[in-house]
Amino acid sequence: MKIWDKGFTRGIRGGFLAAVVLAALPAGAAAQEKVRIGLLTTLSGPAATLGQQSRDAFLLAVKTLGGKLGGLEADIVVVDDELKPDVAVTRARGLVERDKVDFVVGPIFSNILIAIHKPVTDAGAFLISPNAGTSNFAGRQCHPNFFVASYQNDQNHEVMGKYAQDKGFKKVFLLAPNYQAGKDSLAGFKRHFKGEIVGEEYVPLNTADFSGELAKIAAAKPDAFFTFMPGGLGVNLVRQYHQAGLASTIPFLSAFTVDESTLPAQKEAALGFFGGSNWAPDMKNAQSEAFVTAYEAAFGTVPGSYAMHGYDAALLIDAAIRTAGGKVSDRNALRAGLRKADFTSLRGDFRMGANHYPVQDFYVVQVVRRPDGKYATSLRQKVFDDYVDAYAKDCQMRAN
Amino acid sequence: MSATLLSVQTLNGLQLGVLLFLVAAGLTLVFGVMDFINLAHGVQFMIGAYLAAMFTALTDNFFLGLGLALPAALTLGLALEWLVFRHLYARDHLDQVLATFGIILFLNQAVKFVWGAAPLSVPVPTLLSGSIQLMEGLRYPIYRLAVIGAGIAVALLLSLLVSRTRIGMLVRAGAANAPMVSALGVDIGRLFMLVFGFGAMLAGFAGAMVAPLVSVEPGMGDNLLILTFVVIVIGGIGSIRGAFIAALLVGLVDTLGRAFGPLVLRLFLDASAASQAGQALAPMLIYILMAAVLFVRPAGLFPVRR
Repeated sequence: MKIWDKGFTRGIRGGFLAAVVLAALPAGAAAQEKVRIGLLTTLSGPAATLGQQSRDAFLLAVKTLGGKLGGLEADIVVVDDELKPDVAVTRARGLVERDKVDFVVGPIFSNILIAIHKPVTDAGAFLISPNAGTSNFAGRQCHPNFFVASYQNDQNHEVMGKYAQDKGFKKVFLLAPNYQAGKDSLAGFKRHFKGEIVGEEYVPLNTADFSGELAKIAAAKPDAFFTFMPGGLGVNLVRQYHQAGLASTIPFLSAFTVDESTLPAQKEAALGFFGGSNWAPDMKNAQSEAFVTAYEAAFGTVPGSYAMHGYDAALLIDAAIRTAGGKVSDRNALRAGLRKADFTSLRGDFRMGANHYPVQDFYVVQVVRRPDGKYATSLRQKVFDDYVDAYAKDCQMRAN
Repeated sequence: MSATLLSVQTLNGLQLGVLLFLVAAGLTLVFGVMDFINLAHGVQFMIGAYLAAMFTALTDNFFLGLGLALPAALTLGLALEWLVFRHLYARDHLDQVLATFGIILFLNQAVKFVWGAAPLSVPVPTLLSGSIQLMEGLRYPIYRLAVIGAGIAVALLLSLLVSRTRIGMLVRAGAANAPMVSALGVDIGRLFMLVFGFGAMLAGFAGAMVAPLVSVEPGMGDNLLILTFVVIVIGGIGSIRGAFIAALLVGLVDTLGRAFGPLVLRLFLDASAASQAGQALAPMLIYILMAAVLFVRPAGLFPVRR
């Protein structure tokens, strides 16, 4: 009883103290401006590893910058969207209305992005996506307060389609989960691939056993196989593809299927498999090498593109505030800074396109075993240079 | 469509069938004997997979891992029965559904807490890691054949246990009329506990067996649970034999429907429409099967006489 009592009074006292501090804040803020950031990613559910990579890398970037962004002290609130659009909207509203953040950085998944886009931009905050880049916001619905630090969703699939075309594959078998992103993926692949599609299969999102599809692939005898199987789906497909002995006969092309978030579970079954990406941990530049070393030292795992985008999102904000002269309240200056994107991206060649989606290079990557025994993707060849997404031409960006 | 493709897909269907049977056997007994709806049965499948993954990683040997995972799954099942489920037997089905649904949420999060959110993987044991050539370009993994074999062996063992032993007789009697068994002086509480623990272990065994095939992740048992309920409804609640037949039926219909449904439809429709319709129809097939079975035999294929 006594302990409870003590805690209770301390709680009251703490609350009172917080109220006093909060009341004093506006005066303090004028003297030393702060930047408030809400980090909204998926931190629970089977896809939590993606959100964790993104969050860890963003916080790592802020730590590397001395706890500051653009020279201002950074106040960061981390929230979990639970991969549920309704939850995400509530949390996003909380960030812009209660916490009064200047930037919301998130989310990982496209359906969440579509849900939180309006609440965040309506409130006058900037929304920086560290992963999802849907076609609607790249084209007609582009928005002056929305920026993407990653890519347009279709692009990694297009890389593989172009690669299959350049390689001279005549017959390709396609497999994707039966939902919007799966259909977009195969459409993206077909944008540059002109050969024959000998099979196009869609499986339920909760498929665990692909034995039926694998038998069909073997029977169709394609020159190559392309798939989009994110997360646990990809782990199952890759291991079963390997177990069925197809890995040695039919090249495995993919997007978001073999990456650093799934490789710890796929291991040697994914060796030699191909993916499309804008970066790989073995990219040769000083900033990327330093990032990979720091990330591995801090978290013990190899960073994937989710982590790279999270880190770059922090650098982008840092550069924008610097360009705006540290005046976070001046939204127009901040926006100009975000458009200028005056920072050295981990992926090297990077600029912000007119629709606020990156213009960057894309590569074919391949899974390798590193000398230390860990599995990672490795750059093989550049497929697109300074690639602008297919929807940018539909965007008429307002000035503010 | 070639004969080899058909035989490969039949094997795939059999494999899904025996897995469903291992999970359904426990569920149908618990439902039939105790009149207890246990939604958390799928979670025990997941726990079995996680335990196998953990013990395999610790001992570096899949069979040793499996051997350790089984008693651990049994212990966990008994503990759950003791802590939660036995307080629910006397209550109505809605309470049972709510409480066991709560267990699903709790254990899915607990698993994430203990083992992390990232999917785990279990290597295929080297003894069974090879594959045999079944058709041109496709090698069928020996491990999958082993899963089928193990499932059928367990089914045989179970049918012997239920039909030839004293404990099996009590279980059958309990399924037919539990109050009468109790009135005859059998400790029905202990019988329930035994059945429950055994069912949990079977589900755990199924989970451990698939661990080398699929990724071990939170919530992996939830999808299977729905199929399992379809199986026990088709088979007749409380009937092991019914569960076995129904599991194989559901496994085959589901797999073959997915594989050949579009091909059959192509006889009537053009290619793209057939593929569209086939993909929409395939997941429905087992429910159509269930409706058809219930139409002809409302209590399932092998109803337990009451």
